[in-house]
This record gives sequence, structure tokens and C-alpha cells, in this order.
Amino acid sequence: MSNTNSDKVTSVVLLGVGGQGILLASEIMARAAMHAGFDVKTNEVHGMAQRGGSVIAQVRYGKKVYSPLIAERTADVLASFEKVEAVRGAHYVKPGGLCVIANTQIIPTTVSSGLCDYPKDIDERLAKAFDNLSLIDAQQKAVELGNVKAANVVLMGGLSVGLDLPLEVWHEAVKTSVKPKFLELNLKAFEEGRAMTLASQSAGV
Amino acid sequence: MSELKQDLLSGNDAYARGAWEAGVTVAAGYPGTPSTEILEALAAYKQKDLHCEWSPNEKVALEVGAGAALTGARVLVTMKHVGLNVAADPFMTLAYTGVVGGLVILVADDPGMHSSQNEQDTRHFARFGKVPILEPSDATEAKDMMKRGFEISEQFKTPVIVRSTTRVSHSRGLVDLVDRELPDTKIGFEKNPRQFVPVPAFARQMRVDLEKRLHQIKDFAETDSINRIEYNDKSLGIITSSTSYLYVKEVWPEASVLKLGMAYPFADKLFKEFSENVDNVLVIEELDDFYEEHIKALGIKCDGKNFVPNIGEFTQSKLAVIRAKYEGKEAPDLSPVAEATGLPMRPPTLCPGCPHRGMFTALRYFDCIVTGDIGCYALGVAPPLSRIDTILCMGGGFTMAHGMDRSPEPKKVVGILGDSTFFHSGITGLCNIAYNKGASIIIVLDNRTTAMTGHQDHPGTGTTLMGDPTACLSIEKIGEACGIKRIFSVDPRDIDDNVQLLKQEFEIDEPTLIVAKYPCVLNDKSVWEEAREIDEELCVSCGNCVSLGCPAIEYNGDIPKIEPLMCTGCSLCENVCELDLIHKQGEEK
Ligand SMILES: Cc1ncc(C[n+]2csc(CCOP(=O)(O)OP(=O)(O)O)c2C)c(N)n1
Ligand code: SF4
Ligand code: SF4
Repeated sequence: MSNTNSDKVTSVVLLGVGGQGILLASEIMARAAMHAGFDVKTNEVHGMAQRGGSVIAQVRYGKKVYSPLIAERTADVLASFEKVEAVRGAHYVKPGGLCVIANTQIIPTTVSSGLCDYPKDIDERLAKAFDNLSLIDAQQKAVELGNVKAANVVLMGGLSVGLDLPLEVWHEAVKTSVKPKFLELNLKAFEEGRAMTLASQSAGV
Repeated sequence: MSELKQDLLSGNDAYARGAWEAGVTVAAGYPGTPSTEILEALAAYKQKDLHCEWSPNEKVALEVGAGAALTGARVLVTMKHVGLNVAADPFMTLAYTGVVGGLVILVADDPGMHSSQNEQDTRHFARFGKVPILEPSDATEAKDMMKRGFEISEQFKTPVIVRSTTRVSHSRGLVDLVDRELPDTKIGFEKNPRQFVPVPAFARQMRVDLEKRLHQIKDFAETDSINRIEYNDKSLGIITSSTSYLYVKEVWPEASVLKLGMAYPFADKLFKEFSENVDNVLVIEELDDFYEEHIKALGIKCDGKNFVPNIGEFTQSKLAVIRAKYEGKEAPDLSPVAEATGLPMRPPTLCPGCPHRGMFTALRYFDCIVTGDIGCYALGVAPPLSRIDTILCMGGGFTMAHGMDRSPEPKKVVGILGDSTFFHSGITGLCNIAYNKGASIIIVLDNRTTAMTGHQDHPGTGTTLMGDPTACLSIEKIGEACGIKRIFSVDPRDIDDNVQLLKQEFEIDEPTLIVAKYPCVLNDKSVWEEAREIDEELCVSCGNCVSLGCPAIEYNGDIPKIEPLMCTGCSLCENVCELDLIHKQGEEK
């Protein structure tokens, strides 16, 4: 499984809308890699961009990692918390990389105030832009589990399918990143997300 | 925690860790992205012998730091790049008096202006003030250079700038942790007017000493491992620093590199040695041509800004394109996918239920100029609110209103700023309006916090950075003390009342201070109410609620709909619906 000796650096892109919990998701990702014995770098957006704007976070791990940034068309996997944001950042992922995308639409105020449109063909765009797509109802699943905020961890569960890190390190990372009273919920969310992506992959979607 | 030897830390956490390990006992700063989390992380150590404070502004913070450092304490002062403009006065003279205990000024630049109004390059300030400046490139170096900063400061008795950037501050990496160790310096101020009182007679000697000190630090820069040469393929030698170094290691791993950890004073000997040993020199630095200009002045031939942009954040993607150009090869494709054409923009917006939205909505009833300021409310410039006409710098919201008022062609002007900004530099503008017979309407959007930078306390919140209860300054009483007679406290959500008030005050030729008080809903969830819903059957789609620009109100051109997961129940849309069709979810219609 995860080989801490190879020179390969694995790159992960996370996309979404400010306030969706993308920072927690990147923390879990990074800690999982750390627990697996890798060098890790992440980069996240704070400040202005967190007020409901487009956000991107990046995580890279390997034997030795210099840059926290990911060059276009080199990410191994991608997760997006929103559909338009997924397409906006689609050029980060390399061909064939697993892309786990929440089946969520958040209408920006620019659309509500009539300045632009939310694309009606967003699902077709997703299908065209990603050749290894797993579209999952992360938000709905989190609501079912009792807390919509766990949607980000559902998504990370899905993403774990595309990375060769052992499950224990993911669990450990969830444990160190969430409050103890939400641990059980989040571990469940992780499992559900993983199961959904595995199912969507075997269904060939 | 204590058995942990390594942890995943952001650059900002690492700076805090470095200061903690170095035995800092006093820390002061003013919030500003991307520097804010450093003091918060340092305060979170809850170390008994460590005092951390949010000062009202950066000038105060640096002066507090200077006072403490003269007693021999190790001191950290933090701010964002533009904060150093505010602190420039003490900064420029502190270099003359020097320090006793180590003083590090952490200044965080924001290349790419992720959360800033300009892109100034702090390295110029170091040269201007004749102060050494260190440039870490990642979290590991952030901690190490913070500690080195204190040593250098004490060795040369000078303040030291550690310059961060957004990418260093907000990137995480693995950092080794060791214990806190207090320096064995004697604490207590020892009088020495020749060193600490720069009246002209003494300052002239300080000026001479400053130059001597700078030479000593230059020797240090030329010999210490903080600047290092990594020889590799000698056909190309790259001179670089900060995150650009990381991108060079990724994109141009075979090149020889001169990696600068101390950007100033310049390590001339290293520049010369390196350039003599490589065939071609390329300077890769983010923002200005700080090194390049100097290297060229030394008579060294090099490339630099003819390839590397001086605008915006530098990235490894940009470097990949530069390498291709430098070598005459085809550049990598950085463009978005075809399906991304025509996607709706998603700029940051005021949160659902943000109290600022109410006051901007009231202001939309008037043909007036609004001189705004920096804070979450700066987002009021965007459509559909479009209710901010100018922004310059913190405090400018009040002072510029007065300037417009006094111009030969005055129009109705309203000056706006937030509570944290009021204590930062709004009070002086208020004094000015009172003293110079102004007539502006000035509004403080008092959301009980410094929201933009992530909700820090300030002199008006009643709590310190260490979490202790303290004096809570009253904006209204400060207004009174300044001699302002017309002072009103309002709820920004009462749009009709506020429109009436503004109408009345526009007719009066005296200054008016309006304090619009309601907590930031992201900071204080106790004010949240049930989500509202729109009676879809009766709605005529008039657009009144949509024109609030609340992200919870989704509108695709049909009938507006409120997203219950986003709505905080602020009631603003209820107030503007003339048909009374918006109510609490499930409530009788
Ligand atoms: C000189 C300077 N220091 C710090 C900042 C960073 N900054 C931007 S807005 C702001 C304060 C915002 O607080 P407030 O005025 O209360 O408005 P709010 O965001 O709460 O609406 C700060 C600290 C800056 N832009 N300039
Ligand atoms: S954080 Fe607070 S002040 Fe800032 S936009 Fe959101 S609600 Fe408004
Ligand atoms: S009550 Fe109306 S204006 Fe306030 S948050 Fe909810 S939808 Fe937005």
C-alpha cells in the first residue's frame, strides 16, 4: 500500500464555497497523510474569500514535498463540495484522477441579482469535464446522519477511495480533527461516503 | 501535547510556536489577514509568563513592544503589511534607539491581494528603516527563523522583521517541536538617555551607530547559513527566497540556487561568489525587483523581471511557463477546461443575516456619497447593494467624508466604518469632524467584533485577547466627549426608522454620529431565529427581497426561494416585503 519511500508526490485538490468546511476537510486529508508517515504540505484560503466566495484548498504528500501549490493538470484526485466550483477547478486534476463531487448546487448572489446564470446543463458539464467522476449525495447523507455539517467528511470518505492510504490513518485523522462529541457521527459519515463512491465506481458511473 | 515531537502546523501556528519556544514574554499586534492567527495561537498557550494583547492599532502595538523590549523582555509584534504603514513612525526611529530584549516584528505581505487593498512589498521597508529582514519559505522555516530573529535582534540590538506572505502563513507543513526556553537576560529598564532618547544631539550619534551596525549585520548575512548556496548544474544559477525557492525546487530542481533567508542587508559577497561560479544568473522573486536591482547595481549580469512578473502572487505554474520561455520550449497548458466557460462568478458576499446589510439598504434610499472603509462591510460595494463609493485605508471612512463635505461642491456624504476600525483610527477622524466644524453623517457599524479577520476582540467588546473581562469602551460616550451633539443608537435591521433618521439628519448642518448596533451573526449565533419562508403562491416576484443580496434568497428569475439551511432569520427580507408574504417557517400566514 502507501509507499513512503517512492519519490512520488501525491496531490489533492479540494474545492467549494466559503463556509462549507473545506478547512476541516483539508486538515483531515493532511493528517491522514502525516499519520501514514509522509511529509505533507497544504495550502488554504482564509480571510475575505471565506465569506461565501469560491475557495480552494490543496494537500500534497510524499517522501519530500517542497511546494504547497498544485500545478494545473497534475492533481491525483479532486473533491468538490459544489458542482459549479468543481467545473471551475477541473483543470487541476490529471486525466483519469478520481473526482468526488457533492450533488449540491449553491446559487451565488451574482445569479440571484441577475448578473449571470447558474448553468442549466451543469450535470452534462460535469460528465464532460471529468472522466472519473463520482457524484454523491453528500449533503443529503449528512442530514440523514443527523448533521448537515458532516457533509465534508462524507466527501472525504469518497475521496479516500482514490488514495492508497490505510483506513486506520483516516480514522486517526478524523479523531484528531473533530470534537470528541462529533467523532462517532463523523466516522460514520466517512464510512458512508466511502461506500457511496465505491458503489458509484462499481456501477461504472 | 508535550510528548509530541512533530506536528502539522500552519505557518502562522509555527511562528507562534517559535515565539513561544524562544521565550517571548510580551506579544502585541492588530489583526490583519494573513497575520491574525499568530497572536491567537500564541495566546492559546495560556503561558503564565506570557502577556498577549490586541492593541487598538499597529502603531500602538509596536510602541508597546518597544517599551517591553527596552526592559530586556523578548517581544513579538504582529501585523499585516499595511499595518507597518500605520506603525511606520515608531518603526523608523526604533532602529535608531535599538532594543535590549529581542524584538521581532512579524509583517505578513499579501501577494495577489487575497484579502488586502494593496500589494506592497515589505522588504523595501526594511531597507528604508535600516533593519534586517528574514524571509521564511514554509512552516518549518517559519518556526526556525522566528527563533533566529530573536537571536539576531539581541546580538545586534536591533529590531528584526520576519516577513511572511499569505502562502507561508496559511500553508501547513511538518514542524519539529521543542520546549520553551527563557533567555537568561536580566529584565529591568536601565536608564541610558544617549541610547533611548533621540533628541537631536543624541540622535546624530545614533544615526552614525546605525550605519555601523548595518555593516556588522551585512557581514553576518554574508557568512551565516541563513543564506546558503546549493550548487548543482552550474549552467544556471537561480537567486531566490521565500516560497519562490519552493517552486524553484519543484520546477527547476537541477539548477544551482542561492537561497536567501535574510533579504536585507544584502549579502554582496554571496551574490558575487555565486554569479562567478555559474554561467547564467536568474533572479526569481515575488513582487518587486528588490534583489535584482541591487544585484545589477553590483555590476552582475542577470535575468529577472524580464521573465518573472512583479504583479500578483508567484506560483509554480507561472514558473513552469517561465522555464519553458527561458528554454524556448512549449509552455504547459494552465487554462480552465472548456466546460468552465460562462460559469457564474462567486465573489465573497456579506453572510446571510449580516447586520451590515440593513444599513446599506437604508442608504439606498438616498442619492448620497458613501465614503467607506475596510472590514466586512467593504463587501457592500458589490451589487445589488452597491452602496460604498470610496475606500482608502482604515479610518478613511470618516476623514474622507469630512474632506468631501468641505470641498467647494459638497454633496450629501455619509462616512461609514466598523467598530474595530473606529478604535483603530476612526476616533481621530471623529475628533477632526467635531473640531473643524464638520457636518457629515458618520456611521459606526458596530457588530461587536473584528469580523473580517475572523472575529477578534477589541476595546469595545469587553474581553481581552487572553479571554479576560475588561473595560468596554462606549462609542456613543466617546462621541459625546468629542462634542458631537447628535448621537443615535439604532438597530441596523430597522430599515424604515433608519431611512427616516437619515432623511432628518441630512437636513441638519452639524455632525451626526449613528451607532448601528447588532452582533455579527457568524460570531454570535444566539441571535439566530427560525428561518423565514416566502408564500410562493401569492408572491408577485417584485424583487424587493432579492435586492438585499442575501445569499439565502435564491432567485433564478422565477419566484424567489429562501434556503432554510442558510437563513439566520434576521427578518430583513420580512421588513422589505411590501405584501407581507415572508414569515417564520411554519408560522400562520
Ligand atoms: C492598517 C490595517 N490594519 C489591518 C487591516 C486588516 N483589517 C481589515 S478590516 C479590519 C477590521 C474590521 O473590523 P470592523 O471595522 O469592526 O468591521 P467588521 O469586519 O467587523 O465588519 C482589519 C483588521 C487593514 N486592512 N489595515
Ligand atoms: S462575518 Fe459577520 S460582519 Fe462579516 S459578513 Fe458575515 S455576518 Fe457580516
Ligand atoms: S431572514 Fe431573509 S434576509 Fe435574513 S437571512 Fe433569512 S433570508 Fe436572508
